[in-house]
Amino acid sequence: MSENIGEDSNKSTSKNLTSKNSLSIESYEKMFKRVEAKNEGAFVPFVVAGDPDFDTSLEIVKTLVENGADALEIGFAFSDPIADGPTVQDADVRAINSGMTTDKGFEFIRRIREFTSIPIGLLVYYNLIYKRGIDLFYKQAHENGLNAILSADLPPEEASDAVKAARTYGVNQIFLAAQTTTNERLKTISQFSSGFTYLVSVMGVTGARSEVKTSTVDLIKRVRAHNDLPLMVGFGISKPSHVKEVIKAGAEGAIVGSAIIDIIAQNINQKEKMLEEIGDYTRKLKEATKK
Amino acid sequence: MIMDGKFGKYGGIFVPELIIPALEELESAFLKYKDDKQFNQDLDFYLKEFAGRPTGLYLAKNLSKKLGCKIYLKREDMLHTGAHKINNTLGQGLLARYMGKDRIIAETGAGQHGIATAAVGAMLDIPVDVYMGSEDVDRQRLNVFRMEVSGAKVIPVESGARTLKDAINQAMRDWITNVENTHYLIGSTMGPHPYPAMVKHFQTIIGKECRKQILELENNLPDTIIACVGGGSNSIGIFSEFVSDKDVDLIGVEGGGNGIESGHHGATLCAGSEGVLHGSLSYVLQDNDGQITEAHSVSAGLDYPGVGPEHSYLKTIGRANYVSITDEEALKGFQLLSKYEGIMPALESAHAVAYAEKYAKMPENKGKTIIVNLSGRGDKDMFLAAKFLGVEV
Ligand SMILES: Cc1ncc(COP(=O)(O)O)c(C=O)c1O
Repeated sequence: MSENIGEDSNKSTSKNLTSKNSLSIESYEKMFKRVEAKNEGAFVPFVVAGDPDFDTSLEIVKTLVENGADALEIGFAFSDPIADGPTVQDADVRAINSGMTTDKGFEFIRRIREFTSIPIGLLVYYNLIYKRGIDLFYKQAHENGLNAILSADLPPEEASDAVKAARTYGVNQIFLAAQTTTNERLKTISQFSSGFTYLVSVMGVTGARSEVKTSTVDLIKRVRAHNDLPLMVGFGISKPSHVKEVIKAGAEGAIVGSAIIDIIAQNINQKEKMLEEIGDYTRKLKEATKK
Repeated sequence: MIMDGKFGKYGGIFVPELIIPALEELESAFLKYKDDKQFNQDLDFYLKEFAGRPTGLYLAKNLSKKLGCKIYLKREDMLHTGAHKINNTLGQGLLARYMGKDRIIAETGAGQHGIATAAVGAMLDIPVDVYMGSEDVDRQRLNVFRMEVSGAKVIPVESGARTLKDAINQAMRDWITNVENTHYLIGSTMGPHPYPAMVKHFQTIIGKECRKQILELENNLPDTIIACVGGGSNSIGIFSEFVSDKDVDLIGVEGGGNGIESGHHGATLCAGSEGVLHGSLSYVLQDNDGQITEAHSVSAGLDYPGVGPEHSYLKTIGRANYVSITDEEALKGFQLLSKYEGIMPALESAHAVAYAEKYAKMPENKGKTIIVNLSGRGDKDMFLAAKFLGVEV
């Protein structure tokens, strides 16, 4: 792994590559400032692009934005999502079956950009990046209006090419940190990251959980000591009370995926009800970020 | 990590952050115990007394005569539980014990690795959970029962195509969740570092014995070594001791399914492309976007859309050649060896046998000394073979 690539990638901005979108796109930094000025934490929902189909998925994202999402995490579906529990696995299957491809995924991001400028992060398994070509993937990510990329199966050890491409195109590279992550690794992760660090709140895969573990609170404190970036907590955050807890423990934001995707899954054939429930739940989750 | 786990550019640790500390712990335990005297004494004891090593190197006289070559069989089919898998399972099982892990999980396709793991779990008194695609559970009832009588719990996996690939996904998810007390006993030279290096280490016993045996028998190295390639463990196990002997041709045989043109095959090295699956960069079967596609092979052990990273390396540097054998050819290989030598090979190994026949018949190979790694025995495949031959059993 080359040592110098990750250094101050925080400051990486796209110097000579400004897409026509980028002027209107809000950075994570600005978003966190905006939210903090209101004495709130950031609420960030996660859904899979094209779940259950392209158009409905776009309406879902619109609903999330209209009801208070401060930023978005969008997943590209993968055939073998080893970091995901059944809820996201099923969402991936629905998206793939509805005809989603990498190109359609980027088109989806472009369509989101027609109605919002809030930060959008991509969650993607590394093979989709590798197969397209690392440089090209990041270039297209930038051109289509993404702020950040997090690859669930790409630890810093393997990420030097990705981090390089991220810097070239002004995309934030996000990494995961978990309870099992040693302090030494936290330092490496912080060196290679920009935008924010994604804290995994559970020992396990994605999926709704009934409570936030006390170890999550400890993790927030420990990571804080080794990392200057804003912290967002995800995996298993599924209720307003969880959001409240992690914000209170000092995280800048909370990411909620499976709980929202469960609403999609339960209302597959009743779109109006689905959107209404997602809207309601989003407002509740957002409300819980107020300090 | 102490090592980067790369073979050329292949391999690595493409895994979620949660697993990294477990890989670090495993790597350090492996590096510590692989040269530890007590560990190796224990392992040697079990390999000999529990698994039945050493295995023979048997001159297949009738087949040799028929094909005009000297054909030796490395008899991994003689091992306890029926295949070379036990070499690795004993090694990793013992390592799990030395590491103080109190639970073992494994994936299995047809059940061969699951049975070996269940046996070792029973022997070492460590509970074993085996993930198996529900499609495979239905196809391999008898093997499910075998695992269960040894005390293992077989957990059917309902996601994806419900076969080996999905069982591995689910085993990895379990490991992510229970990483502190659980050892994930991967069955082949695949997965993230240190697995490819570690499984290779435990399988090189095949090559070590074989090298000594052929030198005793022939006073010479063989011309060619042929082994089947699923994840790549029996082949790496026998190849590794001959890789530096440039005159020995190494040939890996993949599952050709209905033929590569049909698109229904498991010939990852022959027809796949570079990608990242299950923790390492290697060759994979995938579509243009990098979605992993399903493999197809009559033999469950070759029915996998990935392959161990070291094989991708040996292929790209040209040190080993990779070919494929169709389902139909493999079943003919099964018959050939059964009929001429009274040895029923596993359908995986039958791919190597079938290619050996093809190879021996090429004029330029006349009279060569060929070693076929007979990775397992065919008991598990008798129903399939009977069906192919149109026999009711
Ligand atoms: C008898 C036998 N041979 C070969 C294989 C393929 O695995 P590998 O390529 O790791 O040797 C298997 C896998 O189940 C097997 O049971």
